[in-house]
Amino acid sequence: MGGFVGNRLLGVLPVMFGVAVVIFVLMHLAPGDVTSVLLGPQATEAAKIELRHALGLDLPLPLQFGKWLLRTASGDLGTSIATQLPVASLVFPRFLNTLLLTFSSLLLAIVIGYSVGLFAALRARSAFDRVTMSLTLIAGSTPPFWLGLILVLLFAIRMRWLPVSGMVDMAGDGGALDVLRHLVLPTITTALGPAAIITRMVRSSVREALDRPHVRVARAKGLRRSTLLRRHVILNALPAIMTITGLQLGYLMGGALLTEVVFAWPGLGALLYDSITARDLPVVQATALLIALSFVLVNIAVDFINVLLDPRLRDA
Amino acid sequence: MDATPTTLTAPPTRPFRLRHWRLAAFARDRGAVLATLVLLAVAAGALFAPWLAGHRPDEADNLLRFAPPGTPGYLLGTDQQGRDMVARLLWGGRVSLLVGVVPTLCASAIGLALGMLAGYARGFVDQIVMRSLDVLFAFPMVLLAIAIAGVLTPGVGTEIVSITIVLIPYVGRLARTATLGVVSMPYIEAARAAGGSPLSIVLRYVLPNVFSPIIVYATTLMGLMIVVGSGLSFLGLGVQPPTADWGAMVADGRIVLRRAPHVTVLPGLLILVASLAFNFLGDGLRDALDPRTGRR
Repeated sequence: MGGFVGNRLLGVLPVMFGVAVVIFVLMHLAPGDVTSVLLGPQATEAAKIELRHALGLDLPLPLQFGKWLLRTASGDLGTSIATQLPVASLVFPRFLNTLLLTFSSLLLAIVIGYSVGLFAALRARSAFDRVTMSLTLIAGSTPPFWLGLILVLLFAIRMRWLPVSGMVDMAGDGGALDVLRHLVLPTITTALGPAAIITRMVRSSVREALDRPHVRVARAKGLRRSTLLRRHVILNALPAIMTITGLQLGYLMGGALLTEVVFAWPGLGALLYDSITARDLPVVQATALLIALSFVLVNIAVDFINVLLDPRLRDA
Repeated sequence: MDATPTTLTAPPTRPFRLRHWRLAAFARDRGAVLATLVLLAVAAGALFAPWLAGHRPDEADNLLRFAPPGTPGYLLGTDQQGRDMVARLLWGGRVSLLVGVVPTLCASAIGLALGMLAGYARGFVDQIVMRSLDVLFAFPMVLLAIAIAGVLTPGVGTEIVSITIVLIPYVGRLARTATLGVVSMPYIEAARAAGGSPLSIVLRYVLPNVFSPIIVYATTLMGLMIVVGSGLSFLGLGVQPPTADWGAMVADGRIVLRRAPHVTVLPGLLILVASLAFNFLGDGLRDALDPRTGRR
């Protein structure tokens, strides 16, 4: 078990190195000159050259990459061009807000997906099954940023039940209840697509497990329905369900980026958008790196949970 | 929204023949036929926009701003600049369809080539190709698209390039798995024994046999990419104003959501309908192209 985790973590290192290369190259493909951004349009050529030297931008690219990698690995993410603040102090509080949104969405997607999917599988071809399956198709094709605006229109502007955007009320106390009220619409927006996919996956894996011979035997020997479901059906459907849930967690992290922009939720997505608009590359760089790193770690965690659940995977 | 490839069925046991495609099955699938008609209508609307629309998409009538749908001369109303919504939706379809279809086609071609290379050559080449694709897999799809499109100069070209890059690993992985299945089939062994060069075997026997799952997957991806692409446009990373595009229109409408909700609602509905139609089309194609499903 420990060996499995160790191997997977070691396998991450080359991937993360590749991720760092991609991000570094991307930032160097960006048009525009950092020195003219920093010094303004009236800067002399000499001042630009001096600043390039001071920033280490005149070094060969592989050397620049190495220096950047070492600095980043030691926790120094550089300085924001737009705000002149350390990037780390901008990024980490935002990261927690994104995690809050991601996990509340995951929770909602799991609750909807597991219950509706199981129910639809047990009543296959019923009216409920047909209606929910059509709904999942529509939900899967709905642009989340648009859905967010529709929800704002209905529940914030027309009904005035919930706030339009932000994370806390300006006039409010900023307590947990306040944050929770602000969290409702972004959570629904982010969760809907993944909930639809999880629902379909749960339905098909449970149906498949129901068709297996050992379930027929268990049913024939008169096992109680609840025991049958718990011990023979759900347990067998679980690895597939866990895998798709894990994939959706990764998708949620990406989807949350757009939702944050719609709802002005102060997370990494909104920060990424603002710093792209302001061409604040150090912040873009750090944000992308942080999201990719957590995405990779989440995927490992999912693999680990799968191995815990399914002993057959341990030998593989 | 999900880019997980549908589970691959077993590779074809017989070499590919065109007559194995069952178009009759496709024609009986009501969802697929309806989806095809919807997509043809949307494409025709985009293509013939100059003749169908009564106004130019950037022609602003300052006296008729925020006109609701049903206003005489403006069937679906006008936006905050008094521009005709019908015209903008039709013209916008050009960019939105382009962004959904072109990157998927490019990525399918590149992914197919890389996947077949990795799956047929195996060994060192396989390792290099697949580990490189793993790096792209380490980014959530939307993040990578935003990062690429955001850092480069915004525009339709950038949007297409960024979505293409994001999709390559997904198609590549599917193509490799399909190739591995095909390569173990007896007809490949026969072709090798007959002395075919690797290139001719790949082109004549592997390509046609891995083509079906890729077409099905690409069709579904087009539906997803219409949504992702419109998301990039929504963020202002795609077309630049005043060019119309469904995602950019949703962003325009956002500011006037309270006063004129139709400016936001209508383009989003079109994105939803187009994306849904591609999904139905993909399902229909899967049943028609896969010799093992649906015949019974």
